[in-house]
Amino acid sequence: MLLGRVMGRVWATAKEPSLDGCKLLLVQPVTPSGKDKGKPLVAIDAVGAGAGELVYWCRGRESSLAFDPPGMTPSDAAVVAIVDSITTT
Amino acid sequence: MLLGRVVGTVVATRKDPRLEGKKLLVVRFVSPEGADESGYAVSIDTVGAGVRERVLTVAGGSARFASGCKECPVDSAIVGIIDDIEIDGKES
Repeated sequence: MLLGRVMGRVWATAKEPSLDGCKLLLVQPVTPSGKDKGKPLVAIDAVGAGAGELVYWCRGRESSLAFDPPGMTPSDAAVVAIVDSITTT
Repeated sequence: MLLGRVVGTVVATRKDPRLEGKKLLVVRFVSPEGADESGYAVSIDTVGAGVRERVLTVAGGSARFASGCKECPVDSAIVGIIDDIEIDGKES
């Protein structure tokens, strides 16, 4: 899983029926120190995150396990938690 | 999922039988602001997207979860047509 910052939202009316009701977030991957790393991507929200929040997200097929029914949603990135704090040594 | 813009179509007569009847589109990846980025994908269309539309693509094993793609040899699928993108409170 990776850290990211929610930049905003994406709206799509015509979409895969299994994505109906899903909130699509624009996420910029960041390093633990908060620096941007890589290109922004679109992730499905599983926890109710909003713009500006630091989150962690998982990628790949496993991300579809965050939604009901597990493993049936065409998702390759899902926001699975909102980060409260990070401690690094 | 990545943002893209449909730039073309792909026609293939000889293909895996499970891909018959599926529409294949060439998708150029774009930034949230709409600028072209490097890389493109040939994606299966499941939502009826057309050339020049901004779309959402899913890559990897999850592309098979798109409608009608179960058991299909695909690793990229278009799963949405984008209406709006909001960045830091501004729509683009």
